[in-house]
Amino acid sequence: MEFKTILFYIFSAVTVLAALRVITARNPVHAALFLVLAFFNVAGLWMLLQAEFLALALIMVYVGAVMVLFLFVVMMLDINIERVRQGFWKNLPLGALVGGLMAVEMSMVLSGRYFGLANLPPQNLPANYSNTKELARLLYTDYAYPFEIASVILLVAIIAAVMLTLRTRKDNKAMHASDQIAVKSKDRMRLVKMAPEVEVSVPTAKEGEQA
Amino acid sequence: MEATVLNLLASILGSLWAPLWALVKPVWPLLWTLAKIVLIMAPLLLSVAYLTFWERKVIGWMQVRIGPNRVGPWGLLQPIADGLKLFLKEVLFPAAADKKLFVLGPIMAIAPALAAWAVIPFAPGWVLANVDAGVLYLLAISSVGVYGIIIAGWASNSKYPFFGAMRASAQMISYEVAMGLGLITVLMVSSSLNLSEIVSMQDKGRFAGMGIGFLSWNWLPLLPMFAVYLISGVAETNRAPFDVVEGESEIVAGHMVEYSGMAFAMFFLAEYANMILISAMTSVFFLGGWLSPVGFLPDGFHWMAAKMAAILFFFLWIRATFPRYRYDQIMRLGWKVFVPLTLVWILVVGVWMMSPLTIWK
Repeated sequence: MEFKTILFYIFSAVTVLAALRVITARNPVHAALFLVLAFFNVAGLWMLLQAEFLALALIMVYVGAVMVLFLFVVMMLDINIERVRQGFWKNLPLGALVGGLMAVEMSMVLSGRYFGLANLPPQNLPANYSNTKELARLLYTDYAYPFEIASVILLVAIIAAVMLTLRTRKDNKAMHASDQIAVKSKDRMRLVKMAPEVEVSVPTAKEGEQA
Repeated sequence: MEATVLNLLASILGSLWAPLWALVKPVWPLLWTLAKIVLIMAPLLLSVAYLTFWERKVIGWMQVRIGPNRVGPWGLLQPIADGLKLFLKEVLFPAAADKKLFVLGPIMAIAPALAAWAVIPFAPGWVLANVDAGVLYLLAISSVGVYGIIIAGWASNSKYPFFGAMRASAQMISYEVAMGLGLITVLMVSSSLNLSEIVSMQDKGRFAGMGIGFLSWNWLPLLPMFAVYLISGVAETNRAPFDVVEGESEIVAGHMVEYSGMAFAMFFLAEYANMILISAMTSVFFLGGWLSPVGFLPDGFHWMAAKMAAILFFFLWIRATFPRYRYDQIMRLGWKVFVPLTLVWILVVGVWMMSPLTIWK
Protein backbone atom coordinates (compact mmCIF):
# COMPACT_ATOMS: atom_id res chain seq x y z
CA MET A 1 0.00 0.00 0.00
CA GLU A 2 1.28 3.43 -0.86
CA PHE A 3 2.15 5.82 2.00
CA LYS A 4 -0.40 8.33 0.72
CA THR A 5 -3.15 5.74 0.98
CA ILE A 6 -2.22 5.01 4.59
CA LEU A 7 -2.32 8.74 5.35
CA PHE A 8 -5.71 9.01 3.64
CA TYR A 9 -7.19 6.26 5.79
CA ILE A 10 -5.77 7.77 8.99
CA PHE A 11 -7.10 11.24 8.18
CA SER A 12 -10.54 10.01 7.10
CA ALA A 13 -10.92 7.65 10.07
CA VAL A 14 -10.11 10.44 12.53
CA THR A 15 -12.42 12.83 10.64
CA VAL A 16 -15.36 10.42 10.82
CA LEU A 17 -14.76 9.60 14.49
CA ALA A 18 -14.38 13.26 15.43
CA ALA A 19 -17.51 14.20 13.48
CA LEU A 20 -19.44 11.46 15.27
CA ARG A 21 -18.22 12.75 18.65
CA VAL A 22 -19.36 16.27 17.69
CA ILE A 23 -22.97 15.11 17.77
CA THR A 24 -22.63 12.57 20.60
CA ALA A 25 -20.46 14.50 23.09
CA ARG A 26 -22.49 15.57 26.12
CA ASN A 27 -20.41 18.67 26.76
CA PRO A 28 -20.81 21.39 24.11
CA VAL A 29 -17.22 22.57 24.59
CA HIS A 30 -15.95 19.04 23.91
CA ALA A 31 -18.17 18.91 20.84
CA ALA A 32 -16.71 22.17 19.53
CA LEU A 33 -13.17 20.91 20.09
CA PHE A 34 -13.99 17.68 18.25
CA LEU A 35 -15.21 19.83 15.37
CA VAL A 36 -11.79 21.51 15.39
CA LEU A 37 -10.15 18.08 15.21
CA ALA A 38 -12.39 17.18 12.27
CA PHE A 39 -11.41 20.41 10.47
CA PHE A 40 -7.73 19.60 10.98
CA ASN A 41 -8.09 16.17 9.44
CA VAL A 42 -10.14 17.46 6.53
CA ALA A 43 -7.33 19.94 5.91
CA GLY A 44 -4.95 16.96 5.84
CA LEU A 45 -7.18 15.25 3.27
CA TRP A 46 -7.22 18.36 1.07
CA MET A 47 -3.45 18.53 1.38
CA LEU A 48 -3.30 15.00 -0.02
CA LEU A 49 -5.35 16.24 -3.01
CA GLN A 50 -2.64 18.91 -3.59
CA ALA A 51 -5.07 21.68 -2.68
CA GLU A 52 -2.70 23.32 -0.22
CA PHE A 53 -4.32 26.75 -0.40
CA LEU A 54 -7.75 25.40 0.54
CA ALA A 55 -6.28 23.23 3.28
CA LEU A 56 -4.35 26.06 4.91
CA ALA A 57 -7.21 28.52 4.44
CA LEU A 58 -9.52 26.04 6.17
CA ILE A 59 -7.21 25.97 9.20
CA MET A 60 -6.66 29.72 9.14
CA VAL A 61 -10.31 30.72 8.77
CA TYR A 62 -12.30 27.97 10.46
CA VAL A 63 -9.89 26.67 13.10
CA GLY A 64 -8.07 29.93 13.74
CA ALA A 65 -10.98 32.35 13.75
CA VAL A 66 -14.50 30.92 13.45
CA MET A 67 -14.12 28.11 15.97
CA VAL A 68 -12.30 30.36 18.44
CA LEU A 69 -15.27 32.73 18.46
CA PHE A 70 -17.62 29.75 18.58
CA LEU A 71 -15.82 28.39 21.65
CA PHE A 72 -15.86 31.90 23.10
CA VAL A 73 -19.66 31.82 23.01
CA VAL A 74 -20.15 28.17 23.93
CA MET A 75 -17.88 28.44 26.97
CA MET A 76 -19.93 31.30 28.37
CA LEU A 77 -23.31 29.64 27.86
CA ASP A 78 -24.79 27.32 30.42
CA ILE A 79 -26.31 24.83 28.01
CA ASN A 80 -28.68 22.26 29.43
CA ILE A 81 -28.01 19.26 27.23
CA GLU A 82 -31.22 17.46 28.32
CA ARG A 83 -33.41 20.26 27.06
CA VAL A 84 -31.52 20.37 23.77
CA ARG A 85 -32.23 16.67 23.28
CA GLN A 86 -35.96 16.91 23.99
CA GLY A 87 -37.39 17.08 20.49
CA PHE A 88 -35.00 14.44 19.11
CA TRP A 89 -37.56 11.87 17.88
CA LYS A 90 -39.93 14.51 16.57
CA ASN A 91 -37.24 16.12 14.42
CA LEU A 92 -35.58 12.87 13.38
CA PRO A 93 -37.48 12.32 10.07
CA LEU A 94 -36.63 15.82 8.76
CA GLY A 95 -33.02 15.47 9.89
CA ALA A 96 -32.72 12.06 8.27
CA LEU A 97 -34.16 13.45 5.02
CA VAL A 98 -31.63 16.32 4.90
CA GLY A 99 -28.78 13.99 5.89
CA GLY A 100 -29.77 11.44 3.28
CA LEU A 101 -29.97 14.12 0.60
CA MET A 102 -26.49 15.33 1.48
CA ALA A 103 -25.13 11.78 1.41
CA VAL A 104 -26.62 11.21 -2.07
CA GLU A 105 -25.17 14.48 -3.36
CA MET A 106 -21.74 13.70 -1.97
CA SER A 107 -21.71 10.23 -3.47
CA MET A 108 -22.67 11.72 -6.84
CA VAL A 109 -19.78 14.18 -6.67
CA LEU A 110 -17.29 11.59 -5.44
CA SER A 111 -18.19 9.06 -8.11
CA GLY A 112 -18.09 11.70 -10.82
CA ARG A 113 -15.84 9.51 -12.92
CA TYR A 114 -18.60 6.89 -13.03
CA PHE A 115 -21.23 9.45 -14.03
CA GLY A 116 -18.90 10.81 -16.68
CA LEU A 117 -18.27 14.32 -15.38
CA ALA A 118 -15.73 16.11 -17.53
CA ASN A 119 -14.38 18.72 -15.09
CA LEU A 120 -12.42 16.42 -12.83
CA PRO A 121 -8.93 17.59 -11.84
CA PRO A 122 -6.05 15.87 -13.63
CA GLN A 123 -4.57 13.07 -11.59
CA ASN A 124 -0.89 13.84 -12.11
CA LEU A 125 -0.12 17.51 -11.67
CA PRO A 126 3.26 18.89 -12.70
CA ALA A 127 5.83 19.48 -9.95
CA ASN A 128 5.69 23.28 -10.22
CA TYR A 129 1.87 23.35 -9.99
CA SER A 130 0.77 25.90 -7.42
CA ASN A 131 -2.78 25.56 -6.19
CA THR A 132 -2.63 29.10 -4.79
CA LYS A 133 -1.58 30.67 -8.11
CA GLU A 134 -4.11 28.64 -10.06
CA LEU A 135 -6.97 29.65 -7.76
CA ALA A 136 -5.91 33.30 -7.81
CA ARG A 137 -5.70 33.30 -11.60
CA LEU A 138 -9.23 31.90 -11.91
CA LEU A 139 -10.73 34.16 -9.25
CA TYR A 140 -9.19 37.39 -10.51
CA THR A 141 -9.48 36.85 -14.27
CA ASP A 142 -12.23 34.48 -15.38
CA TYR A 143 -14.48 34.98 -12.34
CA ALA A 144 -13.45 38.50 -11.29
CA TYR A 145 -16.96 40.01 -11.26
CA PRO A 146 -18.79 37.14 -9.52
CA PHE A 147 -15.96 37.06 -6.95
CA GLU A 148 -16.12 40.79 -6.27
CA ILE A 149 -19.92 40.75 -6.08
CA ALA A 150 -19.80 37.85 -3.62
CA SER A 151 -17.35 39.74 -1.42
CA VAL A 152 -19.51 42.87 -1.46
CA ILE A 153 -22.56 40.79 -0.48
CA LEU A 154 -20.56 39.33 2.41
CA LEU A 155 -19.51 42.80 3.51
CA VAL A 156 -23.11 44.00 3.44
CA ALA A 157 -24.14 40.96 5.44
CA ILE A 158 -21.47 41.67 8.07
CA ILE A 159 -22.50 45.30 8.47
CA ALA A 160 -26.20 44.40 8.50
CA ALA A 161 -25.60 41.78 11.20
CA VAL A 162 -23.73 44.29 13.32
CA MET A 163 -26.38 46.97 12.83
CA LEU A 164 -29.25 44.57 13.64
CA THR A 165 -27.72 43.33 16.88
CA LEU A 166 -26.10 46.52 18.08
CA ARG A 167 -28.14 48.02 20.87
CA THR A 168 -26.66 51.06 22.55
CA ARG A 169 -28.10 51.86 25.93
CA LYS A 170 -29.01 55.45 26.63
CA ASP A 171 -27.21 55.43 29.97
CA ASN A 172 -24.09 53.87 28.48
CA LYS A 173 -21.04 55.01 30.38
CA ALA A 174 -18.47 53.47 28.04
CA MET A 175 -15.19 55.29 27.62
CA HIS A 176 -14.21 56.70 24.26
CA ALA A 177 -10.52 56.06 23.79
CA SER A 178 -10.15 58.60 20.97
CA ASP A 179 -11.64 61.38 23.13
CA GLN A 180 -9.37 60.38 25.95
CA ILE A 181 -6.29 60.46 23.75
CA ALA A 182 -7.27 63.82 22.26
CA VAL A 183 -7.42 65.40 25.72
CA LYS A 184 -4.95 68.21 26.39
CA SER A 185 -3.65 69.02 29.82
CA LYS A 186 -5.44 72.38 29.86
CA ASP A 187 -8.83 70.64 29.50
CA ARG A 188 -8.32 68.84 32.76
CA MET A 189 -6.18 71.15 34.80
CA ARG A 190 -6.41 74.85 35.61
CA LEU A 191 -3.20 76.62 36.47
CA VAL A 192 -3.73 79.31 39.06
CA LYS A 193 -1.26 82.09 39.51
CA MET A 194 -0.44 82.86 43.11
CA ALA A 195 2.40 84.26 45.07
CA PRO A 196 5.09 81.68 45.81
CA GLU A 197 5.30 82.52 49.49
CA VAL A 198 2.97 84.17 51.91
CA GLU A 199 4.57 86.02 54.75
CA VAL A 200 3.31 84.74 58.07
CA SER A 201 4.54 86.28 61.22
CA VAL A 202 5.83 83.45 63.40
CA PRO A 203 7.13 84.20 66.86
CA THR A 204 10.91 83.53 66.80
CA ALA A 205 12.10 80.70 69.00
CA LYS A 206 14.34 81.38 71.92
CA GLU A 207 18.00 80.34 71.63
CA GLY A 208 17.87 77.66 74.27
CA GLU A 209 15.01 75.72 72.68
CA GLN A 210 16.72 75.00 69.37
CA ALA A 211 17.51 71.38 68.43
CA MET B 1 24.15 19.27 2.76
CA GLU B 2 22.69 15.77 2.57
CA ALA B 3 25.45 14.53 0.26
CA THR B 4 28.14 16.02 2.50
CA VAL B 5 26.76 14.23 5.54
CA LEU B 6 26.57 10.94 3.65
CA ASN B 7 30.17 11.28 2.42
CA LEU B 8 31.35 12.14 5.91
CA LEU B 9 29.58 9.10 7.38
CA ALA B 10 31.06 6.87 4.67
CA SER B 11 34.60 8.10 5.33
CA ILE B 12 34.26 7.66 9.10
CA LEU B 13 32.77 4.18 8.98
CA GLY B 14 35.01 2.95 6.10
CA SER B 15 34.26 -0.61 5.05
CA LEU B 16 31.36 -0.87 7.49
CA TRP B 17 29.43 1.77 5.54
CA ALA B 18 28.28 -0.29 2.53
CA PRO B 19 26.27 -2.94 4.46
CA LEU B 20 24.97 -0.30 6.87
CA TRP B 21 23.76 1.90 3.99
CA ALA B 22 21.93 -1.04 2.45
CA LEU B 23 20.07 -1.40 5.75
CA VAL B 24 19.39 2.30 6.28
CA LYS B 25 18.54 3.33 2.72
CA PRO B 26 14.79 2.57 2.73
CA VAL B 27 14.20 4.71 5.84
CA TRP B 28 16.86 7.32 5.06
CA PRO B 29 14.45 10.19 4.17
CA LEU B 30 12.71 9.68 7.50
CA LEU B 31 16.00 9.60 9.43
CA TRP B 32 17.29 12.67 7.59
CA THR B 33 14.11 14.64 8.33
CA LEU B 34 14.23 13.62 11.99
CA ALA B 35 17.87 14.71 12.18
CA LYS B 36 16.93 18.10 10.70
CA ILE B 37 14.06 18.47 13.20
CA VAL B 38 16.46 17.75 16.07
CA LEU B 39 18.94 20.25 14.59
CA ILE B 40 16.24 22.93 14.73
CA MET B 41 14.59 21.96 18.03
CA ALA B 42 17.68 21.51 20.20
CA PRO B 43 19.17 24.99 19.58
CA LEU B 44 15.67 26.47 19.78
CA LEU B 45 14.97 25.05 23.24
CA LEU B 46 18.44 26.09 24.38
CA SER B 47 17.81 29.62 23.12
CA VAL B 48 14.47 29.64 24.94
CA ALA B 49 16.26 28.77 28.18
CA TYR B 50 18.88 31.45 27.72
CA LEU B 51 16.36 33.99 26.47
CA THR B 52 14.70 33.83 29.89
CA PHE B 53 18.12 34.39 31.48
CA TRP B 54 18.94 37.23 29.12
CA GLU B 55 15.56 38.80 29.77
CA ARG B 56 16.13 38.84 33.53
CA LYS B 57 19.63 40.24 33.05
CA VAL B 58 18.59 42.95 30.58
CA ILE B 59 15.61 44.07 32.63
CA GLY B 60 17.84 44.00 35.71
CA TRP B 61 20.38 46.29 34.06
CA MET B 62 17.66 48.62 32.81
CA GLN B 63 16.30 48.91 36.33
CA VAL B 64 19.81 49.35 37.79
CA ARG B 65 19.87 45.92 39.37
CA ILE B 66 22.32 43.10 38.81
CA GLY B 67 19.92 40.30 37.85
CA PRO B 68 20.53 36.61 38.49
CA ASN B 69 24.22 35.98 39.32
CA ARG B 70 24.22 33.19 41.93
CA VAL B 71 23.99 29.88 40.04
CA GLY B 72 27.16 29.08 38.14
CA PRO B 73 29.63 31.63 36.74
CA TRP B 74 27.85 34.99 36.14
CA GLY B 75 24.61 33.18 36.89
CA LEU B 76 24.84 31.27 33.60
CA LEU B 77 23.40 28.06 35.05
CA GLN B 78 20.25 29.85 36.30
CA PRO B 79 17.96 28.64 33.45
CA ILE B 80 19.17 25.06 33.98
CA ALA B 81 18.37 25.33 37.69
CA ASP B 82 14.95 26.82 36.91
CA GLY B 83 14.18 24.06 34.47
CA LEU B 84 15.26 21.37 36.95
CA LYS B 85 13.11 22.91 39.66
CA LEU B 86 10.03 22.98 37.43
CA PHE B 87 10.74 19.45 36.25
CA LEU B 88 10.82 18.05 39.78
CA LYS B 89 7.63 19.80 40.92
CA GLU B 90 4.34 18.00 41.03
CA VAL B 91 1.67 18.81 38.44
CA LEU B 92 -1.45 19.53 40.45
CA PHE B 93 -4.93 18.98 39.08
CA PRO B 94 -7.72 21.13 40.54
CA ALA B 95 -10.60 18.98 41.74
CA ALA B 96 -13.16 20.73 39.53
CA ALA B 97 -10.96 20.78 36.42
CA ASP B 98 -11.74 18.95 33.21
CA LYS B 99 -8.76 16.57 33.46
CA LYS B 100 -8.32 15.68 29.78
CA LEU B 101 -8.57 19.23 28.51
CA PHE B 102 -6.41 20.43 31.42
CA VAL B 103 -3.61 18.25 30.02
CA LEU B 104 -4.40 19.19 26.42
CA GLY B 105 -4.06 22.94 27.11
CA PRO B 106 -0.26 23.17 27.52
CA ILE B 107 0.24 20.72 24.64
CA MET B 108 -1.87 22.85 22.31
CA ALA B 109 0.12 25.89 23.42
CA ILE B 110 3.55 24.48 22.65
CA ALA B 111 2.80 22.36 19.56
CA PRO B 112 2.11 25.27 17.15
CA ALA B 113 5.03 27.25 18.60
CA LEU B 114 7.36 24.42 17.56
CA ALA B 115 5.57 23.24 14.39
CA ALA B 116 5.82 26.67 12.76
CA TRP B 117 9.62 26.34 12.56
CA ALA B 118 9.28 23.78 9.75
CA VAL B 119 9.20 26.44 7.04
CA ILE B 120 11.59 29.07 8.45
CA PRO B 121 14.73 29.37 6.29
CA PHE B 122 17.88 30.09 8.31
CA ALA B 123 20.33 30.36 5.40
CA PRO B 124 20.24 29.43 1.70
CA GLY B 125 18.97 25.84 1.70
CA TRP B 126 18.83 25.59 5.50
CA VAL B 127 15.13 24.89 5.81
CA LEU B 128 13.23 21.80 6.89
CA ALA B 129 10.43 22.09 4.31
CA ASN B 130 10.95 24.53 1.45
CA VAL B 131 7.26 24.63 0.57
CA ASP B 132 5.58 27.03 -1.83
CA ALA B 133 2.83 28.00 0.60
CA GLY B 134 5.20 28.75 3.49
CA VAL B 135 3.57 32.03 4.48
CA LEU B 136 0.11 30.46 4.49
CA TYR B 137 1.43 27.63 6.63
CA LEU B 138 2.89 30.10 9.12
CA LEU B 139 -0.37 32.06 9.29
CA ALA B 140 -2.41 28.88 9.72
CA ILE B 141 -0.18 27.41 12.42
CA SER B 142 0.17 30.62 14.38
CA SER B 143 -3.61 31.06 14.37
CA VAL B 144 -3.91 27.73 16.18
CA GLY B 145 -1.72 28.92 19.07
CA VAL B 146 -4.67 30.59 20.82
CA TYR B 147 -6.30 27.20 21.51
CA GLY B 148 -3.75 26.35 24.20
CA ILE B 149 -4.79 29.40 26.20
CA ILE B 150 -8.52 28.99 25.63
CA ILE B 151 -8.55 25.30 26.49
CA ALA B 152 -6.36 25.85 29.56
CA GLY B 153 -8.55 28.72 30.73
CA TRP B 154 -11.77 26.82 30.38
CA ALA B 155 -10.52 23.45 31.67
CA SER B 156 -9.15 25.02 34.87
CA ASN B 157 -12.78 25.75 35.84
CA SER B 158 -11.77 28.80 37.78
CA LYS B 159 -12.45 32.52 37.43
CA TYR B 160 -9.12 34.12 36.62
CA PRO B 161 -8.02 31.53 34.05
CA PHE B 162 -11.36 32.00 32.31
CA PHE B 163 -10.91 35.77 32.19
CA GLY B 164 -7.46 35.15 30.73
CA ALA B 165 -8.89 32.84 28.08
CA MET B 166 -11.56 35.38 27.10
CA ARG B 167 -9.02 38.16 26.82
CA ALA B 168 -6.65 35.93 24.84
CA SER B 169 -9.20 34.86 22.26
CA ALA B 170 -10.29 38.44 21.59
CA GLN B 171 -6.80 39.90 21.52
CA MET B 172 -5.07 37.25 19.44
CA ILE B 173 -7.76 37.17 16.77
CA SER B 174 -7.69 40.97 16.47
CA TYR B 175 -3.97 41.20 16.01
CA GLU B 176 -3.85 38.22 13.66
CA VAL B 177 -5.96 40.29 11.27
CA ALA B 178 -3.52 43.19 11.38
CA MET B 179 -0.54 40.84 11.03
CA GLY B 180 -2.04 39.00 8.06
CA LEU B 181 -2.99 42.23 6.29
CA GLY B 182 0.52 43.59 6.92
CA LEU B 183 1.99 40.47 5.36
CA ILE B 184 -0.13 40.91 2.24
CA THR B 185 2.01 43.87 1.18
CA VAL B 186 5.12 41.71 1.60
CA LEU B 187 3.52 39.02 -0.56
CA MET B 188 2.57 41.63 -3.17
CA VAL B 189 6.09 42.99 -3.57
CA SER B 190 7.80 39.59 -3.52
CA SER B 191 5.03 37.83 -5.53
CA SER B 192 5.74 34.56 -3.75
CA LEU B 193 4.52 32.61 -0.73
CA ASN B 194 7.85 30.83 -0.35
CA LEU B 195 9.92 32.25 2.51
CA SER B 196 13.30 31.57 0.85
CA GLU B 197 12.13 33.45 -2.24
CA ILE B 198 10.84 36.34 -0.12
CA VAL B 199 14.36 36.66 1.31
CA SER B 200 16.14 36.44 -2.03
CA MET B 201 13.75 38.99 -3.56
CA GLN B 202 15.05 41.53 -1.03
CA ASP B 203 18.55 41.10 -2.49
CA LYS B 204 17.47 42.85 -5.69
CA GLY B 205 17.12 46.54 -6.34
CA ARG B 206 19.13 49.71 -6.83
CA PHE B 207 20.61 49.82 -3.33
CA ALA B 208 21.55 46.14 -3.36
CA GLY B 209 23.47 46.81 -6.59
CA MET B 210 25.29 49.69 -4.87
CA GLY B 211 26.44 47.40 -2.06
CA ILE B 212 24.18 48.88 0.62
CA GLY B 213 21.66 46.06 0.58
CA PHE B 214 20.00 46.93 3.88
CA LEU B 215 18.24 49.82 2.13
CA SER B 216 16.56 47.49 -0.35
CA TRP B 217 15.12 45.19 2.30
CA ASN B 218 11.37 45.33 2.76
CA TRP B 219 11.46 47.40 5.96
CA LEU B 220 12.15 50.66 4.14
CA PRO B 221 9.52 50.69 1.36
CA LEU B 222 7.02 49.01 3.69
CA LEU B 223 7.99 50.94 6.83
CA PRO B 224 4.43 51.34 8.24
CA MET B 225 3.81 47.63 7.74
CA PHE B 226 7.08 46.82 9.49
CA ALA B 227 5.94 48.81 12.52
CA VAL B 228 2.46 47.27 12.45
CA TYR B 229 3.89 43.78 12.12
CA LEU B 230 6.36 44.20 14.94
CA ILE B 231 3.81 45.68 17.35
CA SER B 232 1.20 43.08 16.40
CA GLY B 233 3.86 40.44 17.00
CA VAL B 234 4.28 41.69 20.55
CA ALA B 235 0.51 41.58 21.04
CA GLU B 236 0.25 38.15 19.42
CA THR B 237 2.77 36.65 21.84
CA ASN B 238 0.96 38.32 24.77
CA ARG B 239 4.09 40.11 25.87
CA ALA B 240 4.26 43.39 27.77
CA PRO B 241 2.87 46.01 27.16
CA PHE B 242 0.06 43.84 25.74
CA ASP B 243 0.25 41.15 28.42
CA VAL B 244 -3.30 41.58 29.72
CA VAL B 245 -3.85 37.85 29.16
CA GLU B 246 -1.53 37.14 32.09
CA GLY B 247 -2.02 40.53 33.75
CA GLU B 248 -0.54 39.52 37.08
CA SER B 249 -1.80 42.66 38.82
CA GLU B 250 -5.38 42.14 37.59
CA ILE B 251 -6.01 38.45 37.01
CA VAL B 252 -2.97 36.92 38.79
CA ALA B 253 -1.53 34.97 35.83
CA GLY B 254 -4.57 34.39 33.64
CA HIS B 255 -4.75 30.96 32.06
CA MET B 256 -1.68 29.73 33.99
CA VAL B 257 -3.06 30.22 37.52
CA GLU B 258 -3.94 26.57 38.14
CA TYR B 259 -0.88 25.07 36.46
CA SER B 260 2.26 23.93 38.25
CA GLY B 261 5.49 22.13 37.46
CA MET B 262 6.12 21.07 33.87
CA ALA B 263 2.58 21.96 32.74
CA PHE B 264 3.34 25.57 33.68
CA ALA B 265 6.77 25.31 32.09
CA MET B 266 5.16 24.29 28.79
CA PHE B 267 3.26 27.60 28.64
CA PHE B 268 6.47 29.39 29.47
CA LEU B 269 8.38 27.53 26.75
CA ALA B 270 5.60 28.25 24.26
CA GLU B 271 5.65 31.97 25.02
CA TYR B 272 9.39 32.27 24.51
CA ALA B 273 9.45 29.96 21.48
CA ASN B 274 6.75 32.20 19.98
CA MET B 275 8.85 35.27 20.69
CA ILE B 276 11.80 33.73 18.86
CA LEU B 277 9.46 32.68 16.04
CA ILE B 278 8.09 36.21 15.64
CA SER B 279 11.63 37.58 15.55
CA ALA B 280 12.60 35.01 12.90
CA MET B 281 9.49 35.85 10.84
CA THR B 282 10.13 39.59 11.10
CA SER B 283 13.72 39.18 9.98
CA VAL B 284 12.66 36.98 7.04
CA PHE B 285 9.79 39.23 5.91
CA PHE B 286 11.25 42.68 6.53
CA LEU B 287 14.94 42.53 7.40
CA GLY B 288 16.30 40.35 4.63
CA GLY B 289 16.79 37.10 6.57
CA TRP B 290 20.31 35.83 6.06
CA LEU B 291 21.33 38.67 3.70
CA SER B 292 24.29 40.80 4.65
CA PRO B 293 23.50 44.52 5.11
CA VAL B 294 26.54 45.59 3.11
CA GLY B 295 28.05 44.20 -0.07
CA PHE B 296 31.58 43.48 1.17
CA LEU B 297 30.52 41.11 3.98
CA PRO B 298 29.34 37.55 3.18
CA ASP B 299 25.70 36.48 3.63
CA GLY B 300 24.98 33.71 6.07
CA PHE B 301 23.19 32.39 9.11
CA HIS B 302 25.07 34.77 11.43
CA TRP B 303 23.13 37.72 9.97
CA MET B 304 19.82 35.97 10.57
CA ALA B 305 20.88 35.25 14.16
CA ALA B 306 22.00 38.85 14.70
CA LYS B 307 18.70 40.22 13.36
CA MET B 308 16.69 37.85 15.52
CA ALA B 309 18.75 38.83 18.58
CA ALA B 310 18.14 42.52 17.87
CA ILE B 311 14.36 42.01 17.61
CA LEU B 312 14.35 39.89 20.77
CA PHE B 313 16.20 42.68 22.54
CA PHE B 314 13.49 45.05 21.35
CA PHE B 315 10.90 42.74 22.94
CA LEU B 316 12.73 42.83 26.28
CA TRP B 317 13.39 46.56 26.03
CA ILE B 318 9.74 47.52 25.63
CA ARG B 319 8.81 45.16 28.46
CA ALA B 320 11.14 47.07 30.76
CA THR B 321 9.98 50.45 29.45
CA PHE B 322 6.23 50.61 28.88
CA PRO B 323 3.33 50.24 31.31
CA ARG B 324 0.59 47.76 30.45
CA TYR B 325 -2.07 48.89 27.96
CA ARG B 326 -5.65 49.22 29.09
CA TYR B 327 -7.74 46.46 27.52
CA ASP B 328 -10.12 48.63 25.49
CA GLN B 329 -7.16 50.57 24.12
CA ILE B 330 -5.55 47.32 22.94
CA MET B 331 -8.72 46.54 21.00
CA ARG B 332 -8.87 50.08 19.64
CA LEU B 333 -5.25 49.96 18.48
CA GLY B 334 -5.80 46.66 16.70
CA TRP B 335 -9.09 47.34 14.95
CA LYS B 336 -9.28 51.11 14.57
CA VAL B 337 -5.63 51.96 13.92
CA PHE B 338 -3.76 48.98 12.53
CA VAL B 339 -6.43 47.41 10.31
CA PRO B 340 -7.32 50.66 8.45
CA LEU B 341 -3.62 51.56 8.20
CA THR B 342 -2.74 48.20 6.63
CA LEU B 343 -5.69 48.39 4.23
CA VAL B 344 -4.64 51.85 3.05
CA TRP B 345 -1.03 50.77 2.67
CA ILE B 346 -2.07 47.74 0.59
CA LEU B 347 -3.77 50.19 -1.78
CA VAL B 348 -0.72 52.49 -1.79
CA VAL B 349 1.66 49.63 -2.55
CA GLY B 350 -0.67 48.31 -5.25
CA VAL B 351 -0.78 51.68 -6.99
CA TRP B 352 2.97 52.08 -6.52
CA MET B 353 3.67 48.70 -8.10
CA MET B 354 1.52 49.53 -11.13
CA SER B 355 2.97 53.02 -11.58
CA PRO B 356 6.16 53.76 -13.59
CA LEU B 357 7.90 54.59 -10.29
CA THR B 358 7.82 50.96 -9.23
CA ILE B 359 10.97 49.58 -7.60
CA TRP B 360 9.84 45.96 -7.84
CA LYS B 361 10.25 44.34 -11.23
